[in-house]
Formats: sequence, structure tokens, C-alpha cells
Amino acid sequence: MSQTTAGVPETTTPTQVPGGLRTGGRLPRWTSWAVFAGALAAVALLDLAVALNTALYVLFTAVLGTVALFGLSRAAEGRRTALDRLVTCVVASAFGLAMVPLVSLIYEVVSRGIARLDGEFFTFSLVGVVGEGGGAYHAIFGTLIITGLTALISVPIGLLTAIYLVEYGAGRLKRAITFLVDVMTGIPSIVAGLFAYALFSIFFGPGVRLGIAGSVALSVLMVPVVVRSAEEVLKLVPNELREAAYALGVPKWRTIVKVVLPTAVGGLGTGITLAVARVVGETAPLLVTVGITNATNLNPFDGRMATLPVYAFYQLTQPGVPPEFAIDRAWTAALLLIVLVMVLNVVARLISRLFAPTTGR
Amino acid sequence: MAKRIDISDLDIFYGDFRAVADVTVSIEPRSVTALIGPSGCGKSTFLRSINRMHEVLPGARVEGKVVMDGQDLYGADVDPVDVRRQIGMVFQRPNPFPTMSIYDNVAAGIRLNARRMAKTDLDGLVERSLQAANLWREVRDRLNRPASGLSGGQQQRLCIARAIAVEPDVLLMDEPASALDPISTLAIEDLMTELKERFTIVIVTHNMQQAARVSEQTGFFNLSSAGQPGRLVEFDSTEKIFSNPEQKATEDYISGRFG
Repeated sequence: MSQTTAGVPETTTPTQVPGGLRTGGRLPRWTSWAVFAGALAAVALLDLAVALNTALYVLFTAVLGTVALFGLSRAAEGRRTALDRLVTCVVASAFGLAMVPLVSLIYEVVSRGIARLDGEFFTFSLVGVVGEGGGAYHAIFGTLIITGLTALISVPIGLLTAIYLVEYGAGRLKRAITFLVDVMTGIPSIVAGLFAYALFSIFFGPGVRLGIAGSVALSVLMVPVVVRSAEEVLKLVPNELREAAYALGVPKWRTIVKVVLPTAVGGLGTGITLAVARVVGETAPLLVTVGITNATNLNPFDGRMATLPVYAFYQLTQPGVPPEFAIDRAWTAALLLIVLVMVLNVVARLISRLFAPTTGR
Repeated sequence: MAKRIDISDLDIFYGDFRAVADVTVSIEPRSVTALIGPSGCGKSTFLRSINRMHEVLPGARVEGKVVMDGQDLYGADVDPVDVRRQIGMVFQRPNPFPTMSIYDNVAAGIRLNARRMAKTDLDGLVERSLQAANLWREVRDRLNRPASGLSGGQQQRLCIARAIAVEPDVLLMDEPASALDPISTLAIEDLMTELKERFTIVIVTHNMQQAARVSEQTGFFNLSSAGQPGRLVEFDSTEKIFSNPEQKATEDYISGRFG
């Protein structure tokens, strides 16, 4: 170690800092890259001896490189810097590991789904389709209609609940509602589906399949998400703004409508959009409440409808003969769902940027 | 129109804790009344109880009488919203509405209360209020810009303009200049001197020079020990308080020997 030992009296030249900063050696910037390149080469040699698969290849390189870099740094730079490098390697590896499923999922869905992403897929339903061709026109519109209805039901309920919790609620009732919302957040989606199915069975008899029943089931899942996100956003509105409005003689409800909500509108929009994205891909509740159909049905109050997730499920599990065309359609439906969720996320970001209070400087 | 406020036997509570006890005082119209005292002695709490802003906090309540021109503000049939329309308030930290323009901030008291007013009348009101707050010249060419783009001192004067735009009788100011630099502070103090022609002004301040400069009457709040309620120790003309106070505690505080 090349550190100056503390306690030894030194003849301080004018340029030296009194007290003595520890000056360790410093490896050049490219060292870590070089070490990992070396590790890669070493593993390649090992690969010649015993054939390795890709996963082992990457694993060996990461471990070997990390150990080598740590040892080198320990010898040349001292303990603290070596630990810093070690932790950097671990963090980078964890990040890489986390990216593997994400990237491979997107790659898989895009590469398999892109084949059928054509005009026919967007304009045709599955009526009279055996084998090749056919589309998901009915499922796309089914998903849009049912999700739209879900938002229509959930947003007012969720928003008003959040307003109650933040602006009015106190004591036991508030705690009870918060607790119930927390519980509802964890409800398995199939339970929500069975609940809606049971509810509609009371009125329409067993075996009922309605688009609106699917919306109700999804609302059970969406309401708690909206409540939670809206509550957090409303809490962020500074109390000073409410007091400023009160001090002008503005009643409480007008303060909420005209001051609190406009101030929070960006965050509310973001939260709602993300909540929609959360339910748009739900499969299980729609499976038991809405079912599936090959024909186009755009009326959520009359019979079965098709939705993208359920469409993908049935195309995959009951593909018919020959199966490959239906399986292709399932992948394309999955790709569309991912795109839909991504679009919703982008919209959420746009909302939060557009409505963020401007400083105007 | 400025009004006189008579406060008698006022006790102010946070839940079960009595924060301020036994305040009896008369606040003169068309003058500036300053409230001074160490931190935590209940000056701001007392100020907020004058326009019933205190009870906005959960568990907060008030016992006693606050009478403005013969009407008890805490009477059973009095709506706190009406009280606040007559007694405006300016806070310690400037708090313009961030979603609104400068113009809309001044017009907020009218707009938020859904009072109908012709566009030209509203324009006139906004201009008069901004002029009264000495801000008109600085902002007249950017009325539609967001209020959050103004400097701290300008924002505070905007808040004053917003408060006087609803034409209250009384204006309460809770350390209005404590977050501002000396120049902005001077602007606010000059403004108070002008505004007292039209309003009754009550100001809480930690700055004793400020109290001495702007006020006619001064009240000194203090608490005997931690956990005890704050009390109004002495209330008299500013000149007397700062030259020859009756109470030893007042003299100690003013001469900087304590607090």
C-alpha cells in the first residue's frame, strides 16, 4: 500500500496539505474493461476444453472478472477503492440479471408477433376463419370498450374516495377505509371475476356473460389502485394553498374543486392512466365474466364479447388444426397488449409533464 | 371599511392542550397592531383565531368572545366562511396558487366564490388591488404569466393584493416579511402604512424594529414555562411598550435579555 502512514512527522513542503491526505495509487480508467476482456478470453479458453452454454459463459466471465478486478484493485489501490469496485460490479451484474427476462420477453413477443401484425389483423374478426388469416378486430374493440367502461366506473369512485380520505376523513372510519383499500389492492384477479360473475348471476341467472360484468370485475381491481395513487397525489398539495383559499372566504368544497384538484391534476391523470394500464391486460376475470366470441359484439350489455387477453388465451389453448396460425394470432394479440400498455405509460408521462405547475421563469 | 375588534377571555385549544389563555384586548380600526413575543407563545395561534382559521386544524377549538362591530364571530349562527370574507389573511410564506396566472391569483377571491362580475369591473379590481399592493408597475405587462415566476417579495405582495381584492375589513398578517430580504421587507412595511388608511391591520412579527416602525399598538405574548399556555402579558401603545413598559418581562424581551 502506498499510503503515507499517519503519525510520522513529515517535512511539509508548501504544496502539501497539512495533516496529510492519503494518496493511494489509482488504476487507469480502462482497467475494469481490460480485466473483464481478459476474463472473457480466459473463459473462451476454458470453452475450448469443456463446451459451455451461454448462461455459464456469462456467469463465469462475470465472477472471474469481478474477483480479478477486486484482487488487482486491493493490491494497487487499497481496501476502500477495491470494495467500491467490488460493489460496482455486483450492482452492475444485478442490473444485467434483471434486464434478462425483460429484454428476452420483449424480443420473443416482437419477433413472433410481428408476422401477423397486418391490416387483416386490425380489420377482421374470427368469423368463419379456419386455419390461416383472421384477425382480432372484435377483441381490440372489446378490450377498448370494456376498459373504457371500467375507467368510467372506477375513476369517480376512486377519486371521490381519495378526496374523502385526504380532505374530510378522520378517525376510525378513515382508518377502516384505508385498511379495506389496502386489502382490496391484494385481491387476486380471479376472485374479482368470480365476485362479478356471482353478482350478475343473481340478476341474469347462471352462465351469464356480459361485457359490463367484466367491467365491474375489473373495477374491483382498479378502484383501490386509483384511490391509492390519488391519495398520494392529493397529500402532496401543500396545505398552505388550502389555507390561502380558506382565508379568502372560499368554502371547503370549492377549495377542493378549484384549488386542490387543479394543482394535482397532472398526478391524478398519471395515476389513472397507470391504473388503466394495470387492468387492461387482466385475463382471468374476463374469462369468467365476459367469455369469448368469434364474431364482433360491441354492445357490453348483450352477451359475450372478445377481449385481447382472453383472445390470446383461447388462440393458444384451443388453436384448432393446424395449430400454427392460431398460435401466431395469439402472439400478435400479446404484442398489441404490450404496445397498448406502453402507449398508456407514455400518455401518463405526457400528462404529468403537460400539467406540472410551471414556474414560468 | 375598517372595523374594531374586541376580544374577551379568549382561550385557544389544540385538542386538550390550552395554547393561549385569557386574552382580552381591543384592536383599533385604521391602525396597525403588532404582536410580538418568543416562538411558541401563541401569537400566530391567536392571530388565526381572529378569522376562525384556527379551527381548520383537526381538534382545534376556541372558547371566549371575538366581537367585531357588535357581532360575535364565534356565535352559533355565524358561518366561518363569512368571517373569513371580512377578515383577510396573509401568511408567513408566500402562497400564490401555482396553477393560476398573476391576474387569476388576484381575482381568485371573486372567481373561487363564483361571484359574477363584468370583465371590465374585474380588470379594474385587479389593477386597483395590485396598485394598492405596490405591484402593478412590476407585473402589468405580464398579468397572464404564472404567479410562481415572481420573486419571493413579489409573491408576498401578490398575496396581499389577493387578500385585499375581496375588500375585507380587517387584514391579518402572520410574519409577512420574515421570509423576505430587507428591500422587500421595506416594501411590505411601506405598504402596511398605506393600507392602514383603509383596513384594520394586525401583524405578528419576530422583528421588534418592524413592530416599532409600523405599529400604533403592540401586544407582548409570553409563556411562563414550557407546557403552560401563552398569555398576553402587556398591551399598550407601541411607544409606551418600547420606551417604558409596565412589565419586567416585556422590558427584558425588548432589550434582548431573554427569549
